[in-house]
Amino acid sequence: MLNDQGWLLSLALFMPLIGAAAVTVVPSRREDLAKQLGVFFTGVTFLLALVVAFGFDYSRSGELQYETVATWIDAIGSRYHLGIDGISMPLFVLTGLLTFLCAIYTTKIMPSPGKPRAFLALMMLLQTGMAGTFVAFDLVLFFVFWEIVLVPMYFMIGMWGGPRREYASVKFFLYTLFGSVFMLVAFLSVYFVARDAGIANPWDIVELSAAAGLGTSTFQTFAFLGIFLGFAIKVPMWPFHTWLPDAHTEAPTVGSVLLAGILLKMGTYGFIRIALPILPEGAMRFAPLIGVLGVIGIIYGSLACLAQTDVKRLIAFSSVGHMGFVMLGIAAMNETGIQAALYGNIAHGVVTGSLFFLAGSLHERYHTREMAEIGGGMLTKMPRYGALLVYVSMASLGLPGLAGFWGEFTALWAARSPAEALVANGYSGLYLGLVIFGAIGTVLTAGYFLWLIQRVGLGRPSARWANEPLADVMPVEWVSWTPLLVIILVMGVYPALIFGVQDQAVTTLVSFITG
Amino acid sequence: MTIDFGAIAPELVLTATALVVLLVDLVLKGQAKQLVNPIAVVGTLVALGFTLVMWGGEPRVTFGESYVVNQYAVVFKVIFLVSLLAILGISWRYFAEGRYFQGEYYFLLLVSFLGMVVMPSARDLLLLFVALETVSIPAFAMAGMRKRSLYSSEAAIKFFLIGVISVALMLFGISMIYGFTGTTSLPGIARELGQWGASPPPLLLASILLVIVGFGFKISAVPFHFWAPDTYAGSPMPVASMLAVASKAAGFAGLVAVTFIAFEPYAEVWAPALGVLAILTMTLGNLVALQQRDMIRLLAYSSVAQAGYMLIPFGLAVSGDAAVNAAAVQAMLFYIAAYAIPNIGAFGVVIAVNRRTGYRSIEDFAGLGARHPFMAMAMTTFLLSLGGAPPTVGLWAKFAVIQASAQSGTAMAWTLMGFLIVNSVIAFFYYLHVVWVMWMREPRDGIAPVRPGLNLSVVTAGLVLVTVVLFVLPGLVSDATSVTDLLAGM
Repeated sequence: MLNDQGWLLSLALFMPLIGAAAVTVVPSRREDLAKQLGVFFTGVTFLLALVVAFGFDYSRSGELQYETVATWIDAIGSRYHLGIDGISMPLFVLTGLLTFLCAIYTTKIMPSPGKPRAFLALMMLLQTGMAGTFVAFDLVLFFVFWEIVLVPMYFMIGMWGGPRREYASVKFFLYTLFGSVFMLVAFLSVYFVARDAGIANPWDIVELSAAAGLGTSTFQTFAFLGIFLGFAIKVPMWPFHTWLPDAHTEAPTVGSVLLAGILLKMGTYGFIRIALPILPEGAMRFAPLIGVLGVIGIIYGSLACLAQTDVKRLIAFSSVGHMGFVMLGIAAMNETGIQAALYGNIAHGVVTGSLFFLAGSLHERYHTREMAEIGGGMLTKMPRYGALLVYVSMASLGLPGLAGFWGEFTALWAARSPAEALVANGYSGLYLGLVIFGAIGTVLTAGYFLWLIQRVGLGRPSARWANEPLADVMPVEWVSWTPLLVIILVMGVYPALIFGVQDQAVTTLVSFITG
Repeated sequence: MTIDFGAIAPELVLTATALVVLLVDLVLKGQAKQLVNPIAVVGTLVALGFTLVMWGGEPRVTFGESYVVNQYAVVFKVIFLVSLLAILGISWRYFAEGRYFQGEYYFLLLVSFLGMVVMPSARDLLLLFVALETVSIPAFAMAGMRKRSLYSSEAAIKFFLIGVISVALMLFGISMIYGFTGTTSLPGIARELGQWGASPPPLLLASILLVIVGFGFKISAVPFHFWAPDTYAGSPMPVASMLAVASKAAGFAGLVAVTFIAFEPYAEVWAPALGVLAILTMTLGNLVALQQRDMIRLLAYSSVAQAGYMLIPFGLAVSGDAAVNAAAVQAMLFYIAAYAIPNIGAFGVVIAVNRRTGYRSIEDFAGLGARHPFMAMAMTTFLLSLGGAPPTVGLWAKFAVIQASAQSGTAMAWTLMGFLIVNSVIAFFYYLHVVWVMWMREPRDGIAPVRPGLNLSVVTAGLVLVTVVLFVLPGLVSDATSVTDLLAGM
């Protein structure tokens, strides 16, 4: 069988590193070759990810497949444990796809000040970090992949970013680092409790999950708090989101796409993969808080969007709102909620990734992202581009039939009947309130996207742009966007595609949480 | 009494090399004097070979019970000798081109390192004192080697005065401890201290703290750090790197011996004191580092802050709890190993930029990414490692300290961890600023090109490689430090 070939997963994971090394040794005058190599290696990586997905046994998607276990750091008993299950699979493939598309996009549209070799090498290093987070099943290994992401993203924002890039890149780095150190402290305390409880491999996520409920309830609360800080900053949850609008606004297009498309997913994935099953008691205690913060995020994100004049900043704040829905799903602590969160995760990755591509191209054409300066009339000036903007905005605001709908709808649905333990503690009233406010949030979301479309899409082109030759969607853009546009539609009309893959894995996971 | 010559072979080889270097310098003339550097390298390699032979072997005890070569000592000696190799590598051009008296320098350097390799094996207060002086006295002279520079003289004088005061305090403490216990042997002191039980005389505790303060100067812990930035800035740069790395590590080796062996019964007295010192040291070091404009002074304050992180494990010690104490010593040992590599490397890059240009302020590093991508990449790696970010070994250094703290789990441990977290973030602020200046800022007009020379490039490349390889496989070091039993052979 293909799915017991662990080396395949490792190869798919580390292929980008080979690519990064290859791109670095290209002579600096052969920039075109560097770009081709970038496409080639990310393409091969994506292909490998598809092979992994193809060989995956979907009838046993709750189990780890392509597993590799090898000794790594003996002194602390940490192991190189990789594997992939139904929860990891969509995220792993999405990582391969988005990076590949970004590499294609970069062949023609290179942010200033150029230097494609460094840019592509960093992007591929980033890819290994992101993909590794989704397939690592050892807490130390997970932490390492988690941290690897920091440096390339810092450089991407710092070197190729907008005018305030120094501030944004340092803020991104320090904020995330701060959270992850807390997370490390929590991981280590989990390790020592697990070791004393006699677990054979106290770093192993699978074994820790199966042990369900280590230590005292106080321990679980504090350990969850530490992990919560690390993940909540990455998601980001209100009020830890302030790094995000700055990072997104200043980052180059590709940086924003990867940041929104995958980096943020690491936070929610971490909650679901690590925080909930290993610390179920702590999670139950924190669930209402997560729900409340999530809904505040939804409302706050939407209101903040209504106040934005910069298209990219608007999309950045919309991420805060969308991730609020994902967190609401997690807060429900039941199967539907987790499914909704994971679905919302992927939908947001695809949809917001596309939106950032569109915003980037907008900037390429108008050299500004201020809505007032762009004026209206995009649908007449650049009909195809305008149509795409409308299409993706509709997906993002949660129009039924497109990807965004299912995550939000299911999250609200799940929060209506949260886990029994939460109902028993008298939280059902609170959750009803959350559902109501979340629903109001969907209306606000629709509001700002329609407003965006109205401001830049409808009407007549302003005098400034009326006679400017603005190119409509270019071939390279068609190539790098089409897969995402198709996925948005497919996920919208056939949600079972993702739900089905995740189903068994989520069932197993929830059984750990509810004990 | 028979002497185990195998156990002290590295020390003997270093002594012989130092003497040969001095003689060669006397006999040879002019350009031929440059031979002293390769001779020193060969001697160091031989000493390293003799040390590696003892790697993982049974503990060897000689000179009564006052000299012990166990795995703990071997690891430390390897750290010292590898640092010496790296420092020899970055010294060559610097001293060859700077019209220095090379023979003297290499002789002093080797003698200083002789003191260092003795330090982790010494199990007697007097021997520790002798080792400490052997480290320090050549260092005083080396700090003043830039004879035509007033700053260098200032560096040497400050270093000398503070060094002498600290030694005086320490000797005073040692004499009183001898008065109380009737012995200078470290395990002997631990046995004798038991007789006072829970109510030791205050003077005894005071003398314990005096000895610790003596080492506090050596490791430049706040508030005994004032000499460090001025001395680093004024000394020849390779000497500054030696003081920041090897001499500091030697201080820690001695401090471990007195605290975890001799004064172990009174851990509840010195552990909180050193814990508070750790907090002060890392916080003050980092906050002052934020203000620096000179690269060497930035590295100096950063190394003060790093000493704070290395002091954290001392704050965790619990009398009688062997598991926690062992974990603390291991974490410190790993941290020192992981700190030595990038710190020497960072000094190496500064020397490379400084060579033939005299550039040393942070502004002079502007656009290094365009002027010399390799050096900029190396410096980035080293700074990330000092901060503790991937893909560098520094991540595991922080990991080790946090692990030891989490294992201890006392209120002090949680406090120390809190300060460690906040300080890691502060530290990145200035490390990233340097990274930013190197990569994202345009170089000044008419800035001279960077010409590191082959020797320096090779050493830097080697250090980068080690920094990254140890990130992927930290087991190469941690497996060695984890089998460390400090008391093995007692």
